[in-house]
Amino acid sequence: MWESESGIDAVTKPGFRTYPALIACVSCDTVSERRDLRRGELALCSACGAVLQRARLNIQHLAALSLSSAFLFIVANATPMIGIDLGGRHSETTLWGSVLSLADHITAPLAVIVALAIIVLPAIQISIVCWLSLFALGGRRAPGFNSLMRAWESMHAWSMVEVGMLAILVSYVKMKSLFDVQVGIGVWAMAGLAVLLTAIAHRDVRSLWFELQSDAT
Amino acid sequence: MSTIARAAEIGYLSCRVCGLVCERANAEGRGCPRCGTELRQRKPASIARAWALLTAGLIFYVPANVLPVMHTQALGDTNGGEDSTIMSGVIEFWQNGSWDIATLIFIASIVIPSTKFIILGLLLIVSRAGGGARLTRDIRLYRLLEIIGYWSMLDVLVVGLVTAVVQFRGVSEAEPRVGILFFGLVVVLTMLATLSFDPRLLWDRRKRA
Repeated sequence: MWESESGIDAVTKPGFRTYPALIACVSCDTVSERRDLRRGELALCSACGAVLQRARLNIQHLAALSLSSAFLFIVANATPMIGIDLGGRHSETTLWGSVLSLADHITAPLAVIVALAIIVLPAIQISIVCWLSLFALGGRRAPGFNSLMRAWESMHAWSMVEVGMLAILVSYVKMKSLFDVQVGIGVWAMAGLAVLLTAIAHRDVRSLWFELQSDAT
Repeated sequence: MSTIARAAEIGYLSCRVCGLVCERANAEGRGCPRCGTELRQRKPASIARAWALLTAGLIFYVPANVLPVMHTQALGDTNGGEDSTIMSGVIEFWQNGSWDIATLIFIASIVIPSTKFIILGLLLIVSRAGGGARLTRDIRLYRLLEIIGYWSMLDVLVVGLVTAVVQFRGVSEAEPRVGILFFGLVVVLTMLATLSFDPRLLWDRRKRA
């Protein structure tokens, strides 16, 4: 451990100094000291007001939310989202069905994007956060911690379950003037999933870097 | 620390993945000691990439609005069915009395994409010109872009769901059309443009000015 000019502890292991006790704002680059927050507290950047740290969830919360979202994800994908009746005939679709519909036509490239946004990336994100939080319960970094945290970070912006939920609502209204429309069980699972995935916020997962210190820092 | 210092000014940088603050001199271009990500003081070629992606998005935005996004055919249609565009979908909701859903789609499909073009274009011009008199406002605008970005996917998902379920052969059928492909690409391109832009550049230019 070193004592730097500013009185902040520095570590020199990799050949250059690192400052685990500092935090730099991603919006404006202003440096602050990392603080120990109590549950429910936020640390804001004094220069631009961006959220620096958040302590809304502890590891038990994170694990519980992750496992619940895994369950809801399975229900949301295994059951029909929306069904319609017309003259005694019935038709219904799942999330995957809507991807296949786009894949069948000139819009095929879009099917890939939609499949990623509402099925594949949420599935990977939920698996990652379940895996990481279960090990974190025991105070440990899960095998593959670094690469999984990086994967989670890069997928974060592209997972769109909430938008899917709104799309189901809009589709319902769109078709209701022409057909007898029913919503499936999947919709309720999807609604719950949208809430849970919003609750598992970015900075709560990011805080695992600090709550589970490794030898490197 | 009592005074506000910016990492770049005091010779530090922070890891974009795990946030670890490092001494810049020897760290730039090397792997982060905590998570292994390549350490960079700023996102590389941020402004050029953001301009390129935003321009591509703006070009695709034209066919996305002009070309049909969905084709519907009902029993008794003698003219081979009906094509709808993004805007005609909004108008149809409005005329059917669903002013709330019409407003929602109008915001997601027209207002949000236009806002992204205008705000990101403005931020790119401001960051290049080195003006930046209203930094707090600019940073708030950027955070707004990050939040609203993906809601534009709404119409794409609606077309996917409706065309999947309205499949009564010979009676009532719906098919996606190429306009929605362009629209989806606009959403992806503008999201990539937003992610490429490094908001810290706004503050870097201020010091020089």
